[in-house]
Amino acid sequence: MRELLERKLVFVTGKGGVGKSTIAASLALLAAQQGKRTLVGEIDAKGNLADFFETGPTAFKERELAPNLWGMSMDTEESLKEYLSLQLKIPLLAKVGVLARTFDFVANAAPGVKEILTVGKFLWEVREGHYDLVVVDAVASGHITGQLAAPQAIQELVQVGMVRDQTDWMIEILGDHDQTGAVIVAAPEEMPVNETLELAARLREETVVELAAVVANRVLPELFGRGEEEVFEALAADDRTPSPADLLGAAVGGPVRPILDGAQLAVTLRRTRGVHLARLRDELPTGTPLLYVPYLFQRSHGARATRQVAEHLAEELGY
Amino acid sequence: MAARQRTASAGSVEQLLAAKEIVIHCGSGGVGKTTTAAAVAAMAAVHLGGKVLVLTVDPAKRLANALGLEAFGNVETQVPRQAFLDAGAEPRGELWAAMLDTKESWDDLVRRHAPDAGTRDAILANPLYKNITGRFVQSHDYIAMERLYEIHASGRFDLIVVDTPPTRNAIDFLEAPERMADFFSSRLLRWLTVPARSRVLSMASKPFYSVADRILGSKFLEDIAEFFLLFQTMYKGFVIRAEAVARTLADHRTTFVVVSTLESAPVREAEFFIDALDDRGLHLGAVVLNKVLPPWFLDEGTTATAKAMVADAVSLAKVLPEELGSPDQVGRVLREVGESFLNFQVVANREAEMRAELSAAPEVVASVPYFDHDITDLAGLLQLGEQIWR
Repeated sequence: MRELLERKLVFVTGKGGVGKSTIAASLALLAAQQGKRTLVGEIDAKGNLADFFETGPTAFKERELAPNLWGMSMDTEESLKEYLSLQLKIPLLAKVGVLARTFDFVANAAPGVKEILTVGKFLWEVREGHYDLVVVDAVASGHITGQLAAPQAIQELVQVGMVRDQTDWMIEILGDHDQTGAVIVAAPEEMPVNETLELAARLREETVVELAAVVANRVLPELFGRGEEEVFEALAADDRTPSPADLLGAAVGGPVRPILDGAQLAVTLRRTRGVHLARLRDELPTGTPLLYVPYLFQRSHGARATRQVAEHLAEELGY
Repeated sequence: MAARQRTASAGSVEQLLAAKEIVIHCGSGGVGKTTTAAAVAAMAAVHLGGKVLVLTVDPAKRLANALGLEAFGNVETQVPRQAFLDAGAEPRGELWAAMLDTKESWDDLVRRHAPDAGTRDAILANPLYKNITGRFVQSHDYIAMERLYEIHASGRFDLIVVDTPPTRNAIDFLEAPERMADFFSSRLLRWLTVPARSRVLSMASKPFYSVADRILGSKFLEDIAEFFLLFQTMYKGFVIRAEAVARTLADHRTTFVVVSTLESAPVREAEFFIDALDDRGLHLGAVVLNKVLPPWFLDEGTTATAKAMVADAVSLAKVLPEELGSPDQVGRVLREVGESFLNFQVVANREAEMRAELSAAPEVVASVPYFDHDITDLAGLLQLGEQIWR
């Protein structure tokens, strides 16, 4: 299987709330740090890509976020304008605006058109070779297959015309496993793991895009080494007076019980999540790379967190 | 921003629900909308009585199982009373569950609004229909609200608790009825359907069609036009309906519950949503904060203790009975335990800040702690519900 960052186009998806955008931003940053000319694009209208780099808002027109790294936000109307002016060579650019608005309306009504304007823009950047790698912070798992399968849908529905003519090369790039891959981000919880496994199957059935990797995000650290958990249990035990917690409390001069409770919560969370993580590992198609990113205990999720996640991904990818 | 604490007049989720007929749970994806909606509905069935329906857009088999059902679909299914008794609860009312099936709901809608059998069959058989209802902007959002309206208007339930589609933009579904009405009455749509009605194009629309032809192909345009012509026969019914749906959302019997975790992205979405509700004059009933760390992570005295535990781990280990382990080993455990506390405290601090930001707006703020186990049955749902309820 082609290595993740050796591809040209990577779509990052996952259930809402699992940190899909964090992973997309960090993968792009890592690629840029590896010397690849990288574009990271967000599809969702939420517009928080910029937060991960603390650079101010991004727009349809790409801007430099870091050395080797450019960022943009998808806007289908702008994408259509770009497409029209590139393809139709319409003399009066002012008229494109009116036309584009009308088409935006058609795009809303006609199935697949909006999706193809979105995916098409990134595919076009790949075809033109503007970047070594394009990372797309794509839509959440519920909508991703519709988006990735849009060129096929258009082929079925539209028999002639320019849009139809564009779908062949799009499908070719999407289906080329050396060039294009999807990454599903999962959190080690029940629902995200379920959704990841379902999506892995749907990608295979409904699209031509290969699942290039799964990222298990926010994995809690193992608190104790070998034999230490027994020590902790004895320490937290409350079956004699004075209990170890009482002795400790007296020696340190403060409340120890909440600290032990906190560690207990950490241990239990790690354990329940471990079950889901194991299920993810076992039930993914054989050979799918599974990358682990630890839970970050920190104040904010800005540029610093993006760099840290990029470091963890680098380690997982063997850089 | 300083946290405005709950005022004395502020009520509880229980009081809120006692006076409402529709409760709409909204918020960012993955924050637990479906689970909290089911928990609240189960609590209502136990404590308030009457017929309570939880309507979900999330096809989660797990939720069905948690409710003691094999599965449930577009048609409402009653949660067996025995499931409540097994969970140690004595329900005063009934709990029903239904899931939104977009395709089936659209088909129902077409059957209801089509002027005659011929049009109805033509629409249902149209190749674009499935695609359009499946992907049409806001079709999912609209149908969710439409179905909510339909069930409410039927009077079959005393209380309907619904979660919302994970829309890209939190606000989309609120505007869906309006947009649907706009769409069907828009001049653009009429313009688009001109060629199908008349082969004679006006001078004004000619350039548009020639360009559209080149891009999409005239056949496709005709297909679209034909489809919308058929659909337009339902126009009147649709617009009246969409307006009624919008009225129901704004009705005083309807309230919104914003669900969020205390991570920055969901909080931002929740704030956006709270503002959007306010702008539209819709009622924000409560904010439910899900997966919140326990408050004792914030205690200052405990922080100092944890720091001391990390710093003096080995010497502290010596005050403990020897059978616990060697001082080295016990010291390592003490250090890990202290550090873990301090790690979680960083997160708890961040959460407290987010919480203060979100707590300013609503009358009712409920916190649900991080459960260390998955919710797999009605007892679990009720346990979660207890946290929200009072």
